[in-house]
Amino acid sequence: MSAPLTIYVPRDSAALSVGADATAAAIGREAAARGIDIKIIRNGSRGMFWLEPLVEVARDGVRHAFGPVAAADVGALFDAGFPGAGNGHPLSLGPTEELDYLANQERLTFARVGVIDPLDLAEYEALGGLEGLRRAAAMKGAEIVEAVTASGLRGRGGAGFPTGIKWKTVGEQPEGRKYVCCNADEGDSGTFADRMLMEGDPFMLLEGMAIAGFAVGAQEGYVYIRSEYPHAIATMREAVRLWEDAGLLGDDAAGSGRPFRIFIRRGAGAYICGEESSMLESLEGRRGTVRSKPPIPAIAGLHGRPTVVNNVLSLATVPVILAKGADFYKDYGQGKSLGTQPFQLAGNIKRGGLVEKAFGVSLRTLVEDFGGGTATGRPFRAAQLGGPLGAYVGIGHLDVPMTYEALAEADAMLGHGGVVLFDETVDMAGMARFAFEFCQIESCGKCTPCRIGAVRGKETVEKILRGEDVARNIALVEDLCDVMTDGSLCAMGGLTPMPVLSAIRLFPEDFDKGRVAAAAE
Amino acid sequence: MNAHQESESDEVEALVVDMCRQHDNAPAALLEILHDIQDAVGHVPQSSLAAIADALNLSRAEVHGVVSFYHDFRAAPAGTVTVKVCRAEACQSMGALTLIEDLCRRHGVTLGETSADKGLTIEPIYCLGNCALSPAALVNGKPVGRADVERVDGAIREARS
Ligand SMILES: Cc1cc2nc3c(=O)[nH]c(=O)nc-3n(C[C@H](O)[C@H](O)[C@H](O)COP(=O)(O)O)c2cc1C
Ligand code: SF4
Ligand code: FES
Repeated sequence: MSAPLTIYVPRDSAALSVGADATAAAIGREAAARGIDIKIIRNGSRGMFWLEPLVEVARDGVRHAFGPVAAADVGALFDAGFPGAGNGHPLSLGPTEELDYLANQERLTFARVGVIDPLDLAEYEALGGLEGLRRAAAMKGAEIVEAVTASGLRGRGGAGFPTGIKWKTVGEQPEGRKYVCCNADEGDSGTFADRMLMEGDPFMLLEGMAIAGFAVGAQEGYVYIRSEYPHAIATMREAVRLWEDAGLLGDDAAGSGRPFRIFIRRGAGAYICGEESSMLESLEGRRGTVRSKPPIPAIAGLHGRPTVVNNVLSLATVPVILAKGADFYKDYGQGKSLGTQPFQLAGNIKRGGLVEKAFGVSLRTLVEDFGGGTATGRPFRAAQLGGPLGAYVGIGHLDVPMTYEALAEADAMLGHGGVVLFDETVDMAGMARFAFEFCQIESCGKCTPCRIGAVRGKETVEKILRGEDVARNIALVEDLCDVMTDGSLCAMGGLTPMPVLSAIRLFPEDFDKGRVAAAAE
Repeated sequence: MNAHQESESDEVEALVVDMCRQHDNAPAALLEILHDIQDAVGHVPQSSLAAIADALNLSRAEVHGVVSFYHDFRAAPAGTVTVKVCRAEACQSMGALTLIEDLCRRHGVTLGETSADKGLTIEPIYCLGNCALSPAALVNGKPVGRADVERVDGAIREARS
């Protein structure tokens, strides 16, 4: 008897949101009814969300893709020869790795996401997992820090601070209790890379955290995951349990002779808790109020002890750097934006998903070649880059290379790599209003320009929307933005002006509609 | 307080004491404890705050301050089915605001409130990490992508059955 055919049906929550569980169940039922021997693996997502549920069949070492496969399609698929063949079926997409969307990427951090069973440690190891950790376990802390510094890796959470330099500071603090805190609060609209990684390759994050622990002499790690991600929380908890059982975490973590443990913590629905000091307050069981700096967390972080705070993607990239070398990593990218960035194409886009590319790819390549333009088919009008605190850009920005430097020059920012598309029906004054509203809802309340400015800003944009005293109110909004930029303690209040002012600058006509309408009456 | 309410709050107190102990009565675990309580009881009852404060050696004001800071914690029970609809930018680009209006109108509820029969709560949420399949919703914890009124209603019916 031949071995069962392996069929992959993602367990990623985005795939679940369009029926992956029902599809998996239907495949199981249909195979049983036809007496076909199969094994279903629930993998992460390949990040081609418009094709979810994306079903794959492994035949002769090649994975063949079918998608989007609804439960109702399963019977017809089997009729056409699936899983043995079925290549003539309209949902057949051909070999997965040859799909343009994947073939044109440079997947380093996401190499295993969507490929493996996320909780199969043997498979993880077979595909290069644990190599970085084993190397690190045999290295001195300072050597690990040196490798990370040499790779040019910068924080993927938004601020882009060099990861190696942060680790060096923590490592140089006197020995004693130190922490590694992973920021998995991923609150930016248009971003889902952290979620995909935690659901699709959770061991890689644990590996990165353990390496960070060895590098700086920390004994404990915390992953702070937003409560909006119940599936990621469950997968990470299970991953930690498996690593504990395997001796990779504990008193002698991965045979290093050093202790390292990891704990999973849930957020509670507060965007501001993605700001690192607010996250630390929350991890200490308090209100997520932003701390004044100094001291920086590297010197006095969790419970006042030296703490590495890094984004999920920063930490998950470290094992690659340790395994393949700093030179390998920094061969990707350009200037001071080295390595690869997992971009996330979202919103009104035909082919939304995860695109990991070397820094320097143009926005046009992302939006047009990968994304295929808007989902509605109407002309593209605006994109918001880098989450709710990031700038809106328009058609004139399509050729900007996606690097930290080029985006800053274009008065925009990369943030966590989110690209949210809007078609021509978007009302940019409405989006400016929303930027203030979001700041009002999520402000921690510590400083007046942010707390009060957000409310005043929202009210003033509402006046503009009604056509009241437009020129004066636009000037008022601009003044208010100056006050918020200069007088806010953190980027919540400090960068809310970015979407607002970019909308006014690029789409002034949208701020004049109310006046025109009022005059016409 | 009538006898029924009293025994109920005694029960809550016993549960809270137990949950705090499971987290070693550590003040740093306060959010986890509040989540555990809400998962078990459906909300964080006012009557639990004193017991938490006692167990963790915090003031009641501190515990209240934390409960009120975070959007997740509710002081009163939600409906049997809770629908959280994303109204952040990516979902707005695909019509989330209209979807929310339509859902509320159809079910006769105000966003953020619970229906009179306690059957349904519709709440705003800001990003579910499903922004490539916008608009996104969560219906009793179950993700719904490419959400429209029909798909959300289907998930509501499923949650009720
Ligand atoms: C309002 C606000 C929200 C933030 N949200 C996040 C977040 O969700 N995830 C994240 O990693 N960083 C977030 N940051 C950035 C963190 O403060 C911090 O820079 C980051 O976690 C450091 O890790 P990195 O160097 O690996 O990027 C946020 C910052 C601000 C001001
Ligand atoms: S800018 Fe806003 S969110 Fe940041 S510390 Fe001030 S009040 Fe808090
Ligand atoms: S913006 Fe709605 S799911 Fe992310």
